[in-house]
Amino acid sequence: MKVLIPSPLLSYTAQREVEASGATLAAVLDELDRQFPGIRFRMIDEQERMRRHVRFFVNGDQVFDLSQPLRPTDEVVIVQALSGG
Amino acid sequence: MANRPKKARARTPAARGRSAPRRVVVLVATRKGAWFYHGDAARRTWRADGPHFLGHIISHLVLDPRDGRTLLAAAKTGHLGPTVFRSTDLGRTWKEAARPPAFAKVPEGEKGRAVDHTFWLTPAGVAEPNVWYAGTSPQGLFRSEDGGVSWQPFSGINDDPQYRTWMGTVQDGTPDGPKLHSIIVDPRDPKHLYFAMSGGGVHESVDGGRSFAPLVKGLETVEGFDAAEATFHDPHCVRLCPSNPDRLYQQNHCGIYRLDRPSTEWVRIGKRMPKRVGDIGFPMVVHPRDADTAWVFPMDGSTVWPRTSPDGIPAAYVTRNGGKSWQRLDAGLPASQAWWTVKRQAMTADAQDPVGLYFGTTSGELWASRDEGGRWTCMARHLPEIYAVEAAETA
Repeated sequence: MKVLIPSPLLSYTAQREVEASGATLAAVLDELDRQFPGIRFRMIDEQERMRRHVRFFVNGDQVFDLSQPLRPTDEVVIVQALSGG
Repeated sequence: MANRPKKARARTPAARGRSAPRRVVVLVATRKGAWFYHGDAARRTWRADGPHFLGHIISHLVLDPRDGRTLLAAAKTGHLGPTVFRSTDLGRTWKEAARPPAFAKVPEGEKGRAVDHTFWLTPAGVAEPNVWYAGTSPQGLFRSEDGGVSWQPFSGINDDPQYRTWMGTVQDGTPDGPKLHSIIVDPRDPKHLYFAMSGGGVHESVDGGRSFAPLVKGLETVEGFDAAEATFHDPHCVRLCPSNPDRLYQQNHCGIYRLDRPSTEWVRIGKRMPKRVGDIGFPMVVHPRDADTAWVFPMDGSTVWPRTSPDGIPAAYVTRNGGKSWQRLDAGLPASQAWWTVKRQAMTADAQDPVGLYFGTTSGELWASRDEGGRWTCMARHLPEIYAVEAAETA
């Protein structure tokens, strides 16, 4: 499926849009990490929690659960939350 | 020996060292990236190289003195999780650690900790060439045996109920999180380790980290809290003297201390500091060859703890006699209205003769002295807030 990458993670993917497969959001992130080593830990901590300033949207709806089932036709958008300083 | 040809003498390592002096590179970690400042042979002019990782929060940047080429950077961003970057060509290229410091995953239903940032990096001694230690916030101790590529937690500290109590909560630490820091490896014995926690005290291991015990006797606490309890202690920076590994100096929340092993009792040597300046600060710097010489950079620790230069007039102080007396070192520094301070990792010394001193400020200035603090010059202005400064030497 199509996964849109936010600008802070382009250093890993070098492209805004990548392809990854998986039956759940967690599986898609695992696949992303295989393609782009290290990218998952920047978004998901060691306790499998989404990091505070990273958001996930599937087909336009925000997802809070890594076990969210996904279909091959879904579109995943990873967004950096607004924060700064 | 008197008739030995000059040519033959020139081939000895010592002579090579004299004919080709090593250059100092100052490694600067800031809230918005990292910079290198390459010095000329006289340490008079500096070439800036940076920013590296612009926008990343770099807590510590350390060049491995054992190989002179492996460079580790503890990094995160405002949005992304923490990691460690490695370079073996002085920052021309970087590669991310395969497994950055991370706490053990706890069973489902339990609330586990996650590393917010790696705060401190320490290369082990020459006996363990690829070993590094890292301290994190929330407080955790980690070790790498492959030059910083993969990191393993010390569960004996990170998951130990007693240590978790001493570490306290997020309210017991510094404003941007409690920190495990000042990881020290005894150069004579890789199994002899120290570390410190803000808050949580100083701790020692003699078995390579299998077990640790508090080392807080003699340290004072605030507000009459029980000084026997490690949790009430806030060491800001601990340094071991390279020329006498039995001597440690410490800048603490409650003064400046010295410890001469095998004693286990710290002695408050900051009482000899001028009363109007006090003995509160963050960094502690020791001389590479003289264990009686050490430097501090005092800050205002009165009332609400402004953490600025006392009266807005910054100065380093040096002792040349193990803390019996202190001299002010402010030549070249602003004489008024300078309200910055120097964080615990942001002051360091090189190993040259005379020793060069370097510090970075919370207002993004980088200062240097080529004569052990006798006179200061500003190397750089307008950098982001400086978190750490290290001096390394390259051929």
